[in-house]
Amino acid sequence: MTTSANEPILTAEHITKSFGDAVIIEDISIHLKKNEIVSLIGQSGTGKTTLFNVLSGLLTPETGRVLLHSEDITGKPGHISYMLQKDLLLPYRTIVDNVSLPLVIRGKKKKEAREKASALFDRFGLAGCEKKYPSQLSGGMRQRAALLRTYLSSQGIALLDEPFSALDTLTKSAMHQWYLHIMQEIDLSTLFITHDIDEAILLSDRIYVMGGKPGKITKELMIDVPKPRPDDFTLSDEFLTYKRSLVHML
Amino acid sequence: MTRKLQSITNKLSPIFAIALLIVIWAAACGFEAVPSYMLPSPADVARAFINDFPTMMAHSATTLSEAAAGLGIGIVLAFITASLMDRFSLLYNAIYPLLVISQTIPTVAIAPILLLWMGFGMAPKITLVVLTTFFPITVGMLDGFRSADPDAISLLRSMGANNLKIFRYIKLPSSLSHFFAGLKISASYAIVGAVIAEWLGGFEGLGVYMTRVRKAYQFDKMFAVIILIIMISLLLMLIVTLVRKAIMPWERKGDKKQ
Repeated sequence: MTTSANEPILTAEHITKSFGDAVIIEDISIHLKKNEIVSLIGQSGTGKTTLFNVLSGLLTPETGRVLLHSEDITGKPGHISYMLQKDLLLPYRTIVDNVSLPLVIRGKKKKEAREKASALFDRFGLAGCEKKYPSQLSGGMRQRAALLRTYLSSQGIALLDEPFSALDTLTKSAMHQWYLHIMQEIDLSTLFITHDIDEAILLSDRIYVMGGKPGKITKELMIDVPKPRPDDFTLSDEFLTYKRSLVHML
Repeated sequence: MTRKLQSITNKLSPIFAIALLIVIWAAACGFEAVPSYMLPSPADVARAFINDFPTMMAHSATTLSEAAAGLGIGIVLAFITASLMDRFSLLYNAIYPLLVISQTIPTVAIAPILLLWMGFGMAPKITLVVLTTFFPITVGMLDGFRSADPDAISLLRSMGANNLKIFRYIKLPSSLSHFFAGLKISASYAIVGAVIAEWLGGFEGLGVYMTRVRKAYQFDKMFAVIILIIMISLLLMLIVTLVRKAIMPWERKGDKKQ
């Protein structure tokens, strides 16, 4: 399917979701364009994860709809993949079998799925890990494998829910660089949940600020720095200006 | 070096404990602290074990087939029951208490009833083995199904997996370690269950042979049979452990980080 660069590939329109009497998110409209990285930032308890579950089809909202290109996928799982802080690699499957699981579930033959997944191991920095079990890999490598699985199960869109927050600072910073790098090589658009302001500015093209109870989108901020961004971007005045305005908004 | 030494000491200590017990036993018989017609010496038992070995093997074949048949049926029934109970919570609530109650009924008490119902053949023995092995495996598998990570289940659902696929890719493999823990217990229960059922009547089997030598007051042969039963039980548990290692290779490779 061809999509022009400016047309959103994922759109959520006026999403409202409550559990019992408690309204968790109210009238949320967001969109994601092709190959964009968009962050959703906000304090905990503003319903970011609920919104993700609605987008992935695991929850059905009371009002509003989710559109993939122009297809209505509200409440229908299987279209949009997500990745959590927990890598959720199954301990009893080798890395290649973990990563190719979404293809197997979609009905592909095991061998075919393995081949398709193996072809991407090099690019994801996982070469040689095919036959290993998740417990034999470091935290950073496991997140890479989880991202590869997300990529294989996605149709170009991935939702990442604080994927790097469990990693130590050095690994996390290395993962950020790797992530920006891999995003230029593969065809993936991501919506990113985080509560780390630095991470959001560093990675995103656009940032949604969420807040309040029930959760709403309070601000939208463009990060107008072309990619690839300079190595010392996080130390630049520009970065600090963005950071200042984001801290203000929160 | 110290660690290696410690590992050797750890492995040897149970052997020393057993050796010590045999020495005490031999001494008690040698000094005639216990009359020899009541407690045969280890040497007597060893002699009986060797002399009776061919006879005991013939009887073991019967006992083992009963145990194997019972255990096999027990596993299949346990798998079906646990799967259905996991799928339908109404069934879980209805059956779980019954499962627990069924385990409080003493085996020795139901064995004679089974014998009256089914005669002196293999049927009542197999049934008793099924009854004793079914519970640990069912409970193990149920716990295993419930130990599956709900986040992993959500993830698979987001990939578009239906209940059957979630069962196959998440619940079933998650339950394997629990299943084998239950199976290990059940394997030893299976032999004991078969022997108990044989005590009460039958034509061959280790239990039948045991009753025969007991009635003849041949205590050395009694002890020889007991030791054989222990050996068979240990062997079965070992087999379960080996099968587990073959089926679950990730458990072994888990420690070796790159």
